[in-house]
Amino acid sequence: MMNMHNPAALEEAAIEPTAVDVVRSVPDPEMPYLTLGDLGVVVEVTADAPDSVHVRLTPTYLGCPATEVIARDVESALRDVGWRHVAVEYCFDPPWTPDRITPEGRRKLAAEGVAPPPARTTGGPVLVQLTTATRVTCPRCGAEETLLLSAFGATPCQELRRCGSCGEPFPAIKAAR
Amino acid sequence: MTESHAARVAAKPAEQYALRLGDDALVLSHRLTEWLTRAPDLEEEVALANIALDLVGQARFLLTSAGQSSGRDEDDLTYRRTDREYRNALIAELPNSDFAHTVVRLLFFSTYQWVLYTALQHSAEPDLAAFAGKAVHEVAFHRQYAAGWVVRLGDGTEESHDRTSAAVAELWPYTAELFAVDELIEGLTAEGIAPDPVILQARWSEQVEAVLSEAGLGVAPTEAWRPTGGRAGLHTEALGYLLAEMQSVHRAFPGATW
Repeated sequence: MMNMHNPAALEEAAIEPTAVDVVRSVPDPEMPYLTLGDLGVVVEVTADAPDSVHVRLTPTYLGCPATEVIARDVESALRDVGWRHVAVEYCFDPPWTPDRITPEGRRKLAAEGVAPPPARTTGGPVLVQLTTATRVTCPRCGAEETLLLSAFGATPCQELRRCGSCGEPFPAIKAAR
Repeated sequence: MTESHAARVAAKPAEQYALRLGDDALVLSHRLTEWLTRAPDLEEEVALANIALDLVGQARFLLTSAGQSSGRDEDDLTYRRTDREYRNALIAELPNSDFAHTVVRLLFFSTYQWVLYTALQHSAEPDLAAFAGKAVHEVAFHRQYAAGWVVRLGDGTEESHDRTSAAVAELWPYTAELFAVDELIEGLTAEGIAPDPVILQARWSEQVEAVLSEAGLGVAPTEAWRPTGGRAGLHTEALGYLLAEMQSVHRAFPGATW
Protein backbone atom coordinates (compact mmCIF):
# COMPACT_ATOMS: atom_id res chain seq x y z
CA MET A 1 0.00 0.00 0.00
CA MET A 2 2.70 2.51 0.94
CA ASN A 3 4.72 3.06 -2.20
CA MET A 4 8.21 3.60 -0.83
CA HIS A 5 10.32 6.08 -2.77
CA ASN A 6 13.39 4.92 -4.66
CA PRO A 7 16.12 4.74 -1.97
CA ALA A 8 18.96 4.68 -4.50
CA ALA A 9 17.98 8.06 -5.93
CA LEU A 10 17.77 9.45 -2.42
CA GLU A 11 21.23 8.25 -1.42
CA GLU A 12 22.77 10.42 -4.12
CA ALA A 13 20.83 13.45 -2.94
CA ALA A 14 21.81 12.49 0.67
CA ILE A 15 18.59 13.99 2.02
CA GLU A 16 17.87 12.56 5.44
CA PRO A 17 15.46 11.74 6.99
CA THR A 18 13.44 10.16 4.17
CA ALA A 19 10.51 12.10 2.67
CA VAL A 20 7.96 9.63 4.06
CA ASP A 21 9.21 10.14 7.61
CA VAL A 22 9.10 13.91 7.20
CA VAL A 23 5.50 13.83 5.98
CA ARG A 24 4.44 11.37 8.64
CA SER A 25 5.86 13.48 11.44
CA VAL A 26 4.04 16.71 10.49
CA PRO A 27 1.66 17.53 13.41
CA ASP A 28 -2.12 17.96 12.92
CA PRO A 29 -2.82 21.69 13.23
CA GLU A 30 -5.88 21.25 15.48
CA MET A 31 -4.56 18.31 17.51
CA PRO A 32 -0.80 18.99 17.53
CA TYR A 33 -0.12 16.02 19.84
CA LEU A 34 -1.07 13.83 16.82
CA THR A 35 1.07 13.48 13.70
CA LEU A 36 -0.25 12.87 10.16
CA GLY A 37 1.20 9.36 10.51
CA ASP A 38 -0.81 8.78 13.69
CA LEU A 39 -3.96 10.09 11.97
CA GLY A 40 -3.53 7.81 8.94
CA VAL A 41 -4.00 10.50 6.27
CA VAL A 42 -0.69 9.81 4.45
CA VAL A 43 -1.40 7.60 1.41
CA GLU A 44 1.69 7.75 -0.79
CA VAL A 45 5.03 9.60 -0.95
CA THR A 46 7.02 9.06 -4.16
CA ALA A 47 10.30 10.71 -5.17
CA ASP A 48 10.16 11.07 -8.96
CA ALA A 49 13.60 12.80 -9.09
CA PRO A 50 16.48 13.42 -6.62
CA ASP A 51 14.95 16.75 -5.50
CA SER A 52 11.32 16.25 -6.50
CA VAL A 53 8.69 14.51 -4.38
CA HIS A 54 4.95 13.85 -4.85
CA VAL A 55 2.69 13.39 -1.82
CA ARG A 56 -0.87 11.96 -1.83
CA LEU A 57 -3.01 12.54 1.29
CA THR A 58 -6.59 11.49 2.06
CA PRO A 59 -8.68 14.13 3.92
CA THR A 60 -10.46 13.23 7.17
CA TYR A 61 -13.65 15.24 6.51
CA LEU A 62 -14.61 17.06 3.31
CA GLY A 63 -15.16 20.40 5.00
CA CYS A 64 -12.34 20.16 7.54
CA PRO A 65 -10.50 23.51 7.44
CA ALA A 66 -7.28 21.79 8.58
CA THR A 67 -6.85 20.06 5.21
CA GLU A 68 -5.49 23.20 3.54
CA VAL A 69 -3.18 23.98 6.44
CA ILE A 70 -1.92 20.38 6.41
CA ALA A 71 -1.05 20.56 2.70
CA ARG A 72 0.95 23.75 3.26
CA ASP A 73 2.68 22.34 6.37
CA VAL A 74 3.69 19.18 4.46
CA GLU A 75 5.08 21.25 1.61
CA SER A 76 7.17 23.50 3.86
CA ALA A 77 8.39 20.56 5.98
CA LEU A 78 9.72 18.86 2.82
CA ARG A 79 11.29 22.06 1.48
CA ASP A 80 13.01 22.63 4.84
CA VAL A 81 14.92 19.35 4.44
CA GLY A 82 16.03 20.09 0.90
CA TRP A 83 13.26 18.91 -1.46
CA ARG A 84 13.01 21.64 -4.12
CA HIS A 85 9.97 20.44 -6.10
CA VAL A 86 7.09 19.36 -3.84
CA ALA A 87 3.58 18.40 -5.08
CA VAL A 88 0.92 17.70 -2.42
CA GLU A 89 -2.41 16.31 -3.61
CA TYR A 90 -5.58 15.10 -1.89
CA CYS A 91 -7.41 11.98 -3.03
CA PHE A 92 -10.52 10.16 -1.80
CA ASP A 93 -9.22 6.73 -2.58
CA PRO A 94 -8.74 5.14 -0.05
CA PRO A 95 -11.33 7.18 1.89
CA TRP A 96 -10.23 8.10 5.42
CA THR A 97 -12.11 6.49 8.28
CA PRO A 98 -11.27 6.59 12.01
CA ASP A 99 -10.01 3.01 11.70
CA ARG A 100 -6.91 4.47 10.00
CA ILE A 101 -5.78 6.05 13.28
CA THR A 102 -2.76 4.02 14.47
CA PRO A 103 -2.55 2.39 17.92
CA GLU A 104 0.06 5.02 18.82
CA GLY A 105 -2.37 7.73 17.69
CA ARG A 106 -5.11 6.19 19.81
CA ARG A 107 -2.80 6.15 22.84
CA LYS A 108 -1.90 9.84 22.36
CA LEU A 109 -5.58 10.80 22.00
CA ALA A 110 -6.55 9.04 25.21
CA ALA A 111 -3.60 10.64 27.04
CA GLU A 112 -4.94 14.08 25.97
CA GLY A 113 -8.45 13.32 27.28
CA VAL A 114 -9.92 12.63 23.82
CA ALA A 115 -11.50 9.18 23.60
CA PRO A 116 -10.26 7.25 20.55
CA PRO A 117 -12.97 5.87 18.21
CA PRO A 118 -14.47 2.45 19.07
CA ALA A 119 -14.12 -0.34 16.55
CA ARG A 120 -16.25 0.16 13.41
CA THR A 121 -19.97 -0.26 14.21
CA THR A 122 -21.08 -3.21 12.05
CA GLY A 123 -24.77 -2.28 11.64
CA GLY A 124 -25.85 0.34 9.09
CA PRO A 125 -26.45 3.93 10.26
CA VAL A 126 -29.09 3.92 12.97
CA LEU A 127 -31.83 6.29 11.91
CA VAL A 128 -33.43 7.54 15.08
CA GLN A 129 -31.26 7.29 18.15
CA LEU A 130 -31.64 10.02 20.70
CA THR A 131 -28.86 8.88 22.99
CA THR A 132 -26.29 6.38 21.81
CA ALA A 133 -24.31 4.59 24.48
CA THR A 134 -21.61 2.72 22.57
CA ARG A 135 -18.42 1.16 23.85
CA VAL A 136 -16.43 4.44 24.19
CA THR A 137 -14.47 4.41 27.42
CA CYS A 138 -14.06 7.51 29.56
CA PRO A 139 -10.50 8.87 29.18
CA ARG A 140 -10.50 9.93 32.84
CA CYS A 141 -11.84 6.99 34.81
CA GLY A 142 -11.97 4.27 32.11
CA ALA A 143 -15.68 3.48 32.66
CA GLU A 144 -17.32 1.91 29.61
CA GLU A 145 -20.78 3.35 30.11
CA THR A 146 -20.69 6.73 28.31
CA LEU A 147 -23.48 8.81 26.80
CA LEU A 148 -23.54 10.86 23.57
CA LEU A 149 -24.23 14.54 24.31
CA SER A 150 -23.91 15.71 20.72
CA ALA A 151 -22.71 14.11 17.49
CA PHE A 152 -20.90 17.37 16.70
CA GLY A 153 -17.94 18.86 18.53
CA ALA A 154 -15.00 21.22 18.24
CA THR A 155 -13.76 19.65 15.00
CA PRO A 156 -15.61 17.69 12.29
CA CYS A 157 -14.08 14.40 13.50
CA GLN A 158 -15.15 14.84 17.16
CA GLU A 159 -18.36 14.25 19.11
CA LEU A 160 -19.25 15.22 22.72
CA ARG A 161 -19.91 12.51 25.34
CA ARG A 162 -20.37 12.27 29.11
CA CYS A 163 -19.12 9.50 31.38
CA GLY A 164 -21.81 7.44 33.11
CA SER A 165 -19.77 6.99 36.32
CA CYS A 166 -17.52 10.02 36.92
CA GLY A 167 -19.99 12.30 35.12
CA GLU A 168 -17.27 14.26 33.29
CA PRO A 169 -18.01 15.48 29.71
CA PHE A 170 -15.25 14.66 27.17
CA PRO A 171 -14.61 14.84 23.41
CA ALA A 172 -14.33 11.59 21.44
CA ILE A 173 -13.37 10.78 17.86
CA LYS A 174 -16.56 9.84 15.98
CA ALA A 175 -16.85 6.20 15.00
CA ALA A 176 -17.04 5.38 11.30
CA ARG A 177 -20.67 5.09 10.22
CA MET B 1 -33.33 29.92 -19.27
CA THR B 2 -31.20 30.38 -22.38
CA GLU B 3 -28.72 27.72 -23.34
CA SER B 4 -25.86 30.24 -23.13
CA HIS B 5 -26.39 30.55 -19.37
CA ALA B 6 -25.76 26.87 -18.86
CA ALA B 7 -22.95 26.69 -21.41
CA ARG B 8 -21.07 29.53 -19.80
CA VAL B 9 -21.34 27.98 -16.38
CA ALA B 10 -20.64 24.22 -16.85
CA ALA B 11 -20.16 22.67 -20.25
CA LYS B 12 -20.31 18.87 -19.97
CA PRO B 13 -23.44 17.08 -18.66
CA ALA B 14 -21.58 15.52 -15.72
CA GLU B 15 -20.35 19.01 -14.83
CA GLN B 16 -23.86 20.47 -14.97
CA TYR B 17 -24.94 17.66 -12.63
CA ALA B 18 -22.07 18.41 -10.23
CA LEU B 19 -23.10 22.08 -10.35
CA ARG B 20 -26.66 21.24 -9.27
CA LEU B 21 -25.49 19.08 -6.37
CA GLY B 22 -22.84 21.64 -5.40
CA ASP B 23 -25.31 24.55 -5.44
CA ASP B 24 -27.76 22.52 -3.31
CA ALA B 25 -25.06 22.00 -0.66
CA LEU B 26 -23.70 25.56 -0.87
CA VAL B 27 -27.05 27.33 -0.60
CA LEU B 28 -28.40 25.17 2.24
CA SER B 29 -25.07 25.59 4.02
CA HIS B 30 -25.57 29.35 3.94
CA ARG B 31 -29.07 29.03 5.38
CA LEU B 32 -27.70 26.87 8.23
CA THR B 33 -24.98 29.42 9.04
CA GLU B 34 -27.73 31.98 9.57
CA TRP B 35 -28.45 30.15 12.84
CA LEU B 36 -25.07 31.17 14.26
CA THR B 37 -25.67 33.26 17.44
CA ARG B 38 -29.41 32.42 17.16
CA ALA B 39 -29.57 28.69 17.91
CA PRO B 40 -31.69 27.45 20.88
CA ASP B 41 -28.55 26.32 22.76
CA LEU B 42 -24.80 25.81 22.32
CA GLU B 43 -25.02 22.15 21.27
CA GLU B 44 -27.43 23.04 18.42
CA GLU B 45 -25.25 25.99 17.41
CA VAL B 46 -22.18 23.72 17.13
CA ALA B 47 -24.17 21.00 15.38
CA LEU B 48 -25.71 23.31 12.73
CA ALA B 49 -22.35 25.00 12.16
CA ASN B 50 -20.66 21.61 11.68
CA ILE B 51 -23.36 20.45 9.27
CA ALA B 52 -22.95 23.71 7.33
CA LEU B 53 -19.18 23.14 7.25
CA ASP B 54 -19.63 19.60 5.91
CA LEU B 55 -21.94 20.96 3.19
CA VAL B 56 -19.37 23.61 2.22
CA GLY B 57 -16.81 20.80 1.97
CA GLN B 58 -19.12 18.97 -0.43
CA ALA B 59 -19.77 22.16 -2.42
CA ARG B 60 -16.04 22.84 -2.79
CA PHE B 61 -15.45 19.48 -4.43
CA LEU B 62 -18.57 19.63 -6.58
CA LEU B 63 -18.07 23.21 -7.80
CA THR B 64 -14.42 22.50 -8.57
CA SER B 65 -15.40 19.57 -10.76
CA ALA B 66 -18.28 21.56 -12.29
CA GLY B 67 -15.92 24.28 -13.48
CA GLN B 68 -13.17 22.09 -14.88
CA SER B 69 -13.70 22.47 -18.61
CA SER B 70 -14.87 26.07 -18.42
CA GLY B 71 -11.84 26.97 -16.31
CA ARG B 72 -13.99 28.56 -13.57
CA ASP B 73 -12.76 27.70 -10.05
CA GLU B 74 -14.86 27.19 -6.91
CA ASP B 75 -14.57 30.84 -5.82
CA ASP B 76 -15.45 32.18 -9.25
CA LEU B 77 -18.53 29.95 -9.40
CA THR B 78 -19.55 30.81 -5.83
CA TYR B 79 -19.03 34.55 -5.84
CA ARG B 80 -19.46 35.62 -9.45
CA ARG B 81 -22.65 33.97 -10.59
CA THR B 82 -26.02 35.68 -10.56
CA ASP B 83 -29.08 33.87 -9.17
CA ARG B 84 -30.13 33.07 -12.76
CA GLU B 85 -26.96 30.98 -13.08
CA TYR B 86 -27.44 29.05 -9.86
CA ARG B 87 -28.85 25.51 -10.22
CA ASN B 88 -29.88 24.61 -6.65
CA ALA B 89 -33.31 23.11 -5.94
CA LEU B 90 -35.72 25.67 -4.43
CA ILE B 91 -35.94 23.80 -1.09
CA ALA B 92 -32.35 24.86 -0.30
CA GLU B 93 -32.93 28.60 -0.75
CA LEU B 94 -36.19 29.05 1.18
CA PRO B 95 -35.66 31.49 4.06
CA ASN B 96 -35.29 30.06 7.56
CA SER B 97 -38.21 30.45 9.95
CA ASP B 98 -38.36 28.52 13.23
CA PHE B 99 -36.21 25.63 14.46
CA ALA B 100 -38.86 23.09 13.46
CA HIS B 101 -38.68 24.34 9.86
CA THR B 102 -34.90 23.99 9.90
CA VAL B 103 -34.85 20.40 11.21
CA VAL B 104 -37.67 19.29 8.90
CA ARG B 105 -35.87 20.77 5.89
CA LEU B 106 -32.63 19.15 7.06
CA LEU B 107 -34.43 15.79 7.44
CA PHE B 108 -35.81 16.02 3.90
CA PHE B 109 -32.51 17.24 2.42
CA SER B 110 -30.05 15.01 4.34
CA THR B 111 -32.18 11.92 3.63
CA TYR B 112 -32.15 12.91 -0.06
CA GLN B 113 -28.37 13.28 0.05
CA TRP B 114 -28.01 9.98 1.91
CA VAL B 115 -29.98 7.93 -0.65
CA LEU B 116 -28.31 9.86 -3.51
CA TYR B 117 -24.72 9.43 -2.28
CA THR B 118 -25.34 5.80 -1.34
CA ALA B 119 -26.29 5.13 -4.99
CA LEU B 120 -23.70 7.55 -6.44
CA GLN B 121 -20.90 5.39 -5.02
CA HIS B 122 -21.49 3.18 -8.04
CA SER B 123 -21.41 6.02 -10.56
CA ALA B 124 -19.63 5.44 -13.87
CA GLU B 125 -17.83 8.71 -13.16
CA PRO B 126 -14.95 7.64 -10.85
CA ASP B 127 -14.29 10.99 -9.13
CA LEU B 128 -17.99 11.38 -8.36
CA ALA B 129 -18.14 7.83 -7.00
CA ALA B 130 -15.09 8.37 -4.74
CA PHE B 131 -16.57 11.65 -3.50
CA ALA B 132 -19.91 9.97 -2.73
CA GLY B 133 -18.09 7.25 -0.80
CA LYS B 134 -16.76 9.94 1.52
CA ALA B 135 -19.79 12.20 1.72
CA VAL B 136 -22.26 9.40 2.53
CA HIS B 137 -20.68 8.88 5.97
CA GLU B 138 -20.96 12.57 6.78
CA VAL B 139 -24.59 13.02 5.71
CA ALA B 140 -25.51 9.98 7.84
CA PHE B 141 -24.76 12.19 10.87
CA HIS B 142 -26.84 15.05 9.42
CA ARG B 143 -29.78 12.72 8.90
CA GLN B 144 -29.55 11.23 12.39
CA TYR B 145 -29.41 14.70 13.93
CA ALA B 146 -32.44 15.93 11.95
CA ALA B 147 -34.46 12.76 12.54
CA GLY B 148 -33.78 12.93 16.27
CA TRP B 149 -35.10 16.48 16.43
CA VAL B 150 -38.14 15.90 14.22
CA VAL B 151 -39.20 13.05 16.52
CA ARG B 152 -38.61 15.12 19.66
CA LEU B 153 -40.56 18.09 18.32
CA GLY B 154 -43.30 16.13 16.59
CA ASP B 155 -43.86 13.97 19.62
CA GLY B 156 -43.30 16.82 22.05
CA THR B 157 -45.66 19.55 23.22
CA GLU B 158 -48.72 20.71 21.30
CA GLU B 159 -46.77 23.83 20.25
CA SER B 160 -43.75 21.91 18.92
CA HIS B 161 -46.07 19.42 17.21
CA ASP B 162 -48.05 22.15 15.43
CA ARG B 163 -44.90 23.98 14.30
CA THR B 164 -43.36 20.76 12.99
CA SER B 165 -46.45 19.68 11.07
CA ALA B 166 -46.75 23.19 9.60
CA ALA B 167 -43.13 22.89 8.42
CA VAL B 168 -43.84 19.49 6.85
CA ALA B 169 -46.87 20.92 5.03
CA GLU B 170 -44.85 23.88 3.71
CA LEU B 171 -41.73 21.98 2.69
CA TRP B 172 -43.09 18.70 1.35
CA PRO B 173 -44.13 20.08 -2.10
CA TYR B 174 -40.57 21.34 -2.65
CA THR B 175 -39.11 17.85 -2.27
CA ALA B 176 -40.50 16.72 -5.66
CA GLU B 177 -37.92 18.87 -7.45
CA LEU B 178 -35.11 16.84 -5.88
CA PHE B 179 -36.27 13.80 -7.83
CA ALA B 180 -37.45 15.52 -11.02
CA VAL B 181 -36.31 13.98 -14.30
CA ASP B 182 -35.26 16.24 -17.16
CA GLU B 183 -33.13 15.85 -20.27
CA LEU B 184 -29.86 16.10 -18.34
CA ILE B 185 -30.85 13.47 -15.78
CA GLU B 186 -32.17 11.11 -18.45
CA GLY B 187 -28.87 11.23 -20.30
CA LEU B 188 -26.73 10.77 -17.17
CA THR B 189 -28.91 7.94 -15.88
CA ALA B 190 -28.61 6.16 -19.22
CA GLU B 191 -24.81 6.47 -18.99
CA GLY B 192 -24.78 5.14 -15.42
CA ILE B 193 -23.31 8.39 -14.10
CA ALA B 194 -26.40 9.50 -12.11
CA PRO B 195 -28.74 7.15 -10.19
CA ASP B 196 -32.38 6.81 -11.28
CA PRO B 197 -34.39 9.45 -9.37
CA VAL B 198 -37.51 7.25 -9.29
CA ILE B 199 -35.66 4.64 -7.23
CA LEU B 200 -34.15 7.34 -5.02
CA GLN B 201 -37.56 8.87 -4.33
CA ALA B 202 -38.99 5.49 -3.29
CA ARG B 203 -36.15 4.92 -0.80
CA TRP B 204 -36.40 8.52 0.38
CA SER B 205 -40.16 8.39 0.98
CA GLU B 206 -39.86 5.14 2.92
CA GLN B 207 -37.23 6.57 5.28
CA VAL B 208 -38.81 10.00 5.71
CA GLU B 209 -42.27 8.61 6.32
CA ALA B 210 -40.86 6.27 8.98
CA VAL B 211 -39.57 9.30 10.88
CA LEU B 212 -42.75 11.30 10.36
CA SER B 213 -44.90 8.49 11.71
CA GLU B 214 -42.62 8.01 14.74
CA ALA B 215 -42.95 11.75 15.31
CA GLY B 216 -46.72 11.42 15.21
CA LEU B 217 -46.85 13.72 12.21
CA GLY B 218 -49.10 11.45 10.20
CA VAL B 219 -48.87 10.83 6.48
CA ALA B 220 -47.24 13.31 4.13
CA PRO B 221 -49.50 15.76 2.27
CA THR B 222 -50.37 14.71 -1.26
CA GLU B 223 -51.73 17.78 -3.06
CA ALA B 224 -50.46 18.21 -6.63
CA TRP B 225 -48.58 21.54 -6.36
CA ARG B 226 -44.91 20.86 -7.25
CA PRO B 227 -42.79 24.03 -7.32
CA THR B 228 -39.78 23.75 -9.68
CA GLY B 229 -37.45 25.96 -11.67
CA GLY B 230 -34.28 25.89 -9.63
CA ARG B 231 -32.55 23.41 -11.94
CA ALA B 232 -33.11 25.89 -14.78
CA GLY B 233 -32.05 29.01 -12.87
CA LEU B 234 -35.60 30.21 -12.15
CA HIS B 235 -35.49 30.95 -8.41
CA THR B 236 -37.60 32.56 -5.71
CA GLU B 237 -36.67 36.11 -4.75
CA ALA B 238 -35.01 34.72 -1.60
CA LEU B 239 -31.95 33.51 -3.52
CA GLY B 240 -31.07 37.00 -4.76
CA TYR B 241 -30.93 38.35 -1.19
CA LEU B 242 -28.94 35.32 -0.02
CA LEU B 243 -26.33 35.76 -2.78
CA ALA B 244 -26.15 39.51 -2.19
CA GLU B 245 -25.05 38.77 1.36
CA MET B 246 -22.84 35.74 0.58
CA GLN B 247 -21.02 37.51 -2.27
CA SER B 248 -20.77 40.96 -0.66
CA VAL B 249 -17.18 40.79 0.62
CA HIS B 250 -15.87 39.24 -2.59
CA ARG B 251 -17.62 41.82 -4.72
CA ALA B 252 -16.37 44.65 -2.46
CA PHE B 253 -12.75 43.45 -2.69
CA PRO B 254 -12.42 41.46 -5.94
CA GLY B 255 -9.34 39.25 -6.04
CA ALA B 256 -8.59 39.62 -2.34
CA THR B 257 -6.96 36.49 -0.79
CA TRP B 258 -6.21 35.37 2.77
